[in-house]
Amino acid sequence: MKATAIRTNKLMDSIEVAIERSGLTDGMTISFHHHFRNGDAIINQVMAVISQKGIKGLTIAASSLSDIHAPLIEYIDRGIVKRIETSGLRGELANSISNGLMEEPIVFRSHGNRAEAIASREIVIDVAFLGVPACDDMGNANGFNRDGDNSAACGSLGYAMVDAQYANYVVLLTQHIVTYPNTPCAIKQNQVDGIVKLDYIGDPKGISSGATRYSTNPKDIKIAKLACDVMLNAGLFEDGFSFQTGTGGASLAVTRFLKEHMDSKNIRASFALGGITSQIVKLHEAGYVKKLLDVQSFDLDAVKSIQENPYHQVVDAQYYATPAAMGGAVNRLDMVVLSALEVDVNFNVNVLTGSDGIIRGAVGGHPDTSASAQLSIIVVPLVRGRMPSILARVNTIVTSGDTVDVVVTDQGIAVNPQRPDLIARLANAGLPLCSIEELKERAESITGTPVAIQYTNRVVGVVKHRTGYTLDHIYQVKR
Amino acid sequence: MIICDAIAGTLESSDILIQIFCVEDEAGIEIHLESAVIYQFGEQIRKVILSELQAAGVKSAKVRAVDRGALDCTIIARMRTAISRASSIHNEQV
Repeated sequence: MKATAIRTNKLMDSIEVAIERSGLTDGMTISFHHHFRNGDAIINQVMAVISQKGIKGLTIAASSLSDIHAPLIEYIDRGIVKRIETSGLRGELANSISNGLMEEPIVFRSHGNRAEAIASREIVIDVAFLGVPACDDMGNANGFNRDGDNSAACGSLGYAMVDAQYANYVVLLTQHIVTYPNTPCAIKQNQVDGIVKLDYIGDPKGISSGATRYSTNPKDIKIAKLACDVMLNAGLFEDGFSFQTGTGGASLAVTRFLKEHMDSKNIRASFALGGITSQIVKLHEAGYVKKLLDVQSFDLDAVKSIQENPYHQVVDAQYYATPAAMGGAVNRLDMVVLSALEVDVNFNVNVLTGSDGIIRGAVGGHPDTSASAQLSIIVVPLVRGRMPSILARVNTIVTSGDTVDVVVTDQGIAVNPQRPDLIARLANAGLPLCSIEELKERAESITGTPVAIQYTNRVVGVVKHRTGYTLDHIYQVKR
Repeated sequence: MIICDAIAGTLESSDILIQIFCVEDEAGIEIHLESAVIYQFGEQIRKVILSELQAAGVKSAKVRAVDRGALDCTIIARMRTAISRASSIHNEQV
């Protein structure tokens, strides 16, 4: 070996060694991605080591958190974790935080807002701990393994790529170290400081958690058909159009009806964006959608497709949804179909807190796509069980009403009065239009008027607008 | 009059499971309610249950209700069936 040659050794024996080498100390910010969603095994493993090392007062800037991260409750209790930034929060952790576990409120950000906050150094990540199914010994990493055992694949690494690019110190936690160079790759060697091989980084079965199944619920089917009719008649359904469909029964079912109309009119889409699902993959493989831009693979079919289909492209969260002037892929979206927990008479949408006031969801790319697509369609059943979905005021504003164009329910369609052009088009097409106030009254005539949830005046969560200002607050529930 | 324990309804979404238990004559009405929407509709559900008991002339009974987001019409139907079963001599054990 030449004496002058630098042979970098990034391999580290354990998470503990990586933490020591990273220089992580009290009060710093660490980050994680959520590509394994509820199957993630990274956060709990890393936090267990951090807690043993006695580091305190950390900020966790995760791209999102799930039910599986309930062990964080203990670390918050013990002062190891002081602040959390995330897109979503679910399960016991969400419940505890809604009931006042943390002194500092959670900061909720959309995927585009998080990416921009990291890129602009508003969020400075001191150490990023990024689970990757495979990388080489220099850190070229993918969300799957081309060289052997692929049982830990998660598909796209779109959220992790932003952290890898901007964090001060990047540790990859991988299940497989493969032959150099592991290219093409999502995370690049020049972004990576350390690599730790772990026995287990996550369970791909936790990725879909049932959120992306085809619905057989007749209400979902009806909503999907109506939403599809809106898409066909809004003036954007022409060859080369682009679209995104979110998760949720009705939203997913839209793709099925869309295909029939693409067939009959011989129209093809230029691209589909976002969380990619098996429905979208099928359309792509059958030639209906030319390209897929995938920030997050939502189920195992998408995870498989991203490895096999050359035009199924990994994109990072900044490329996907940045609100900054250089523009994200969302700015090229013609139509987006999004689910909702609640919508109000001002077209504001809540996808974050349940009707009981408890945090139980995620901001995701909802506000980014709604604000940027030419047509933003919200699909929601008029009532869920006994809860009306159309209200005087949503519990939490996640997507502001001025970005929402159409609300489609099983009992009628309301178009935002800001869009008289759209009202005219859809009325001409004979769609069942009504006002959003009428939808609210129809819902309440079925369920009765719910008693308003009581809150204390203590803030447990802050929802950021995608451009960075505070859009809404979540208060501790009073019981 | 309640002469035996009875049950009506299911734990399916949008349904309510009503159990009526026979108690001492002078014990009065006792309602135990579990509901996913208890903070928003708990009082309304209790009101419907109580008014069905009163309409049937039931003065003493224990009611356990496990609600899965049932509408008032569903609660009324389940209550009437449960009361009918609880007051019938030929009642079948469900």
